[in-house]
Amino acid sequence: MIDFDLMARLERGLARWLKRPRVDLALLAALLAVAATGLVVLYSASAEAPSQVLNQGLRLMLGFVVLFLFARIPPTVFRTWTPWFYGFTVLLLVAVQVFGEGRGAHRWLDLQVVRFQPSEFAKLALPMMVAWYLHDRPLQPSWRDLATCALILAIPAALIVKQPDLGTALLVAASGAFVIFLAGLSWLRILLLVASAVAVVPLWWQFIAHEYQRNRVRMFLNPEADPLGNGWNIIQSQIAVGSGGVSGKGWLGSTQARLDFLPEHTTDFIFAVFSEEFGLIGVVAIIVAYLFIIGRGLWIAAGARDTYSRLLAGSISMTFFVYVMVNGGMIAGLMPVVGVPMPLISYGGTSAVSLLAGFGILMSIHAHRLRGR
Amino acid sequence: MIGFGPGRRAVKDAAQEANLFRVRAAAGFLIIALCLMVLIGRYVWLQVLRHDEFSGRADENRIKLRPLPPSRGLIYDRNGVLLAENILDYRLELVPEQVGDVDATLQRLGQVIAISADDREQFETLRKVKRRFHNIPLRYALEESEVARFALERHRFPGVEVVPYLTRYYPQGADFAHVIGYVSRIDSEDRERMEDARYSATTHIGKTGIERHYENQLLGDVGYERVETNAEGRALRVLGRVPSKPGRHLRLSLDAKLQRATVAAFAGRAGAAVAIDPRNGEVLAMVSQPAFDPNLFVNGISRRDYAALLHGEQRPLYNRAVLGGYEPGSTIKPFIGFMGLRLGVRTATDTVWSSGEYRLPGQNAVWRDWKKGGHGRVDLREALAQSVNTYFYGLAVEVGIDRLEPEMRAFGFGAPTGLDLTGEPTGVLPSRSWKQQRLGKTWYPGETVIAGIGQGYWVVTPVQLAHALATLAAHGAAQQPHLLLSMQTGIDAPPEAIPALPPQPRIEAPDAVWDAVREGMEAVMHSPTGTARAFGVGAPYRIAGKSGTAQRARRRGNQEYNESTTPEHLRHQALFVAFAPAQAPTIAVAVVIEHGSSGSKAAAPVARAILDAHLLGAAREPAP
Repeated sequence: MIDFDLMARLERGLARWLKRPRVDLALLAALLAVAATGLVVLYSASAEAPSQVLNQGLRLMLGFVVLFLFARIPPTVFRTWTPWFYGFTVLLLVAVQVFGEGRGAHRWLDLQVVRFQPSEFAKLALPMMVAWYLHDRPLQPSWRDLATCALILAIPAALIVKQPDLGTALLVAASGAFVIFLAGLSWLRILLLVASAVAVVPLWWQFIAHEYQRNRVRMFLNPEADPLGNGWNIIQSQIAVGSGGVSGKGWLGSTQARLDFLPEHTTDFIFAVFSEEFGLIGVVAIIVAYLFIIGRGLWIAAGARDTYSRLLAGSISMTFFVYVMVNGGMIAGLMPVVGVPMPLISYGGTSAVSLLAGFGILMSIHAHRLRGR
Repeated sequence: MIGFGPGRRAVKDAAQEANLFRVRAAAGFLIIALCLMVLIGRYVWLQVLRHDEFSGRADENRIKLRPLPPSRGLIYDRNGVLLAENILDYRLELVPEQVGDVDATLQRLGQVIAISADDREQFETLRKVKRRFHNIPLRYALEESEVARFALERHRFPGVEVVPYLTRYYPQGADFAHVIGYVSRIDSEDRERMEDARYSATTHIGKTGIERHYENQLLGDVGYERVETNAEGRALRVLGRVPSKPGRHLRLSLDAKLQRATVAAFAGRAGAAVAIDPRNGEVLAMVSQPAFDPNLFVNGISRRDYAALLHGEQRPLYNRAVLGGYEPGSTIKPFIGFMGLRLGVRTATDTVWSSGEYRLPGQNAVWRDWKKGGHGRVDLREALAQSVNTYFYGLAVEVGIDRLEPEMRAFGFGAPTGLDLTGEPTGVLPSRSWKQQRLGKTWYPGETVIAGIGQGYWVVTPVQLAHALATLAAHGAAQQPHLLLSMQTGIDAPPEAIPALPPQPRIEAPDAVWDAVREGMEAVMHSPTGTARAFGVGAPYRIAGKSGTAQRARRRGNQEYNESTTPEHLRHQALFVAFAPAQAPTIAVAVVIEHGSSGSKAAAPVARAILDAHLLGAAREPAP
């Protein structure tokens, strides 16, 4: 009867979890749906390689385990450890400059047991730190607060830019900026900041940008200038999307990926495969799913118990949008080629785990929300 | 508060902050929704409005048309003996777009498979005209060991492949080198005369001989395969195909056995022979010596070998049978004699006194007989049998150059015969207008004298001579000489009719006239006085022949010509024409031996060997 006992205990456990799940089931369902879609597309994009799908499935499972673990940690604990976590991350980013490795860019730290990108930590550490800094100050933030936040933001961002990894730096900086935005920085100041950022662009172009980054922008503006070289990715990606049409070529029907015309078709350009196979209908469906995740995240943020939780949850949700917009825009030729993955769909473990860890914090904030709203 | 620093300002309005956040979150969501709408808009633009364009480009990406080479038509002799066939061979091909650094690859490839400078040059030329992602042949006719070696090293050379292909092979080798010709790699000169589209899969083109003249019939039609290719240009699967249509097989009038016997009869001497069936103009044998192995040219002959062949002392590439211009000498005498009878200037029994010397009235110049002291009184029969110059000097003078020229033209002298080989020259039929045009000089009476014995300005090709002789043998019923008998689309297909040959004007004369000339020529072979009687001996059939010896070194004054002390290249050219059986001829042959001694001694045995081979069916060694 041991079996019966075990089954009964499992049943009771499940019933208890469903009654008080500590996670937002709607958000979880949406995340699972997108992740499952990602695995389906990956199977096609990897030319039906089960090993890659299995690999990615395991990473996603790890991500969801992290999500459930984080969901059980109260937000106050995150808040308490935030400065330490931030400091640790900055240290790692410095370490990666010294000991790092990677193809042409210093992004990876090899700890014998695991290799990882410290910049993934920064994706969480930065909004946490900004939220921590602002949480006990009266909002809206003053110029002084803004300057401090800018410093908190600039240190890791600059280190990541230096790796160089512009895509991640963009995501990290955006996550900090969203905290400040949600903290209620006045519209006038936002306008001024955006205007000055636009003014800085030419300076960046002239003095800071790497040649390969300039080329990417040039190619984005006119891909046909070098259709077989730098413009190839942009053109082939748009051909994939455009040839998909309204209803797509069907699962496993992507000729652009299968015949290797589309580069990086399991990672950064996997969404082009999705667009080719599932057409506009699929694109709209997945973007609606993403929008639902973002909206649900913001809704959870709005119901959060304290300022820190609110700001952090909001920032995590809005940063998710940046992934979608930058990657989706790149695929469709709306933005230059930047190494930002399509969240939960692109092949690659680190970003999936860090994304799901972020959603774990969101779940925790949801579980510890103010009751009776 | 736990953590870094205490809250400096206690005044925090929680409710107001929560409100502020809600407004900001709503605003943020709105902005995000708007941005995602823009993103979707972009996808609508790509996937709906520009769908057709991108669909086309995706197909363009993946679907390539791959041309399929047609197999070249085979060439047979009249009895079905294969003269040109296609055999399986291997060549090395390269796709520059897949290779990347072509120079480095060629460098490394050279260590595995020998690649000559010629190969590289050809490759570079082709590279300029071929489209992207098309294979470019680098080396042909790989040896088995090379194929094996490459197979081991293949992984080092992406974009390089060993490809089986059909290559031309001439099983008869040098024996048909000039008449069949050969195919070779297409070069820039060929590109100007060919339709590129028909050759998109073909690497070789007929360069000379039948291969060139019937290029259009032999080539066939290119087919296409629609293949799906990946980004590297490698074909993954075939989506559809239009098969190529093989070229037409040609059956020629040549007789391989006769051809071989003819070559053997030359025994390595330079010269040419053409044998025609006088009943229908079919060319039975066409030989030019020395010859060469046409198989050398198919897969690229080295520059040095080619130069050696082209400029060699005896010029083996030169097709003497069709292009070679020779002074006909005494072989013209039957035609001159016929002219005298036809025009009524002489009868067959009219006689002429040969004293050994001929003079024009009022002139000092002397034209001689070949026999000192002359031949005495001779009629046409004896004049031909003994090759009496004086008879024909006088006859030519009596007829006059203005009547002589059209009479000779009727036999086809001075014009291409229309044989189905490219580049036939006209030769020279001496006349007032020809001399005026070419040399800007007036005609001298003395030139008429030597025109009567085939000297002076006369230039004939062996084909012209054989054709004229065939017309004579056929009592004036001229037939268009030709090589092609029939064409076939496939081995099993019924033979196709070839286009009708142009009708030839008939030479009208009473049978008695033809017979008189024929009897004179028979006397050459069979009478006790005949110049070639030694070579008519033992023939179970009657031969009508005539020798000719064209002068190389002109005799000056009374200086004697001594064969043994004259260097070979200054020796006479020996000619012989013959048809047989004399009463009902089935073969007319013209033979030229360069640097031979006299026509009867050097060329007659060759002619006899050809006749024997044709009529008796056995090759006979030429008499010494």
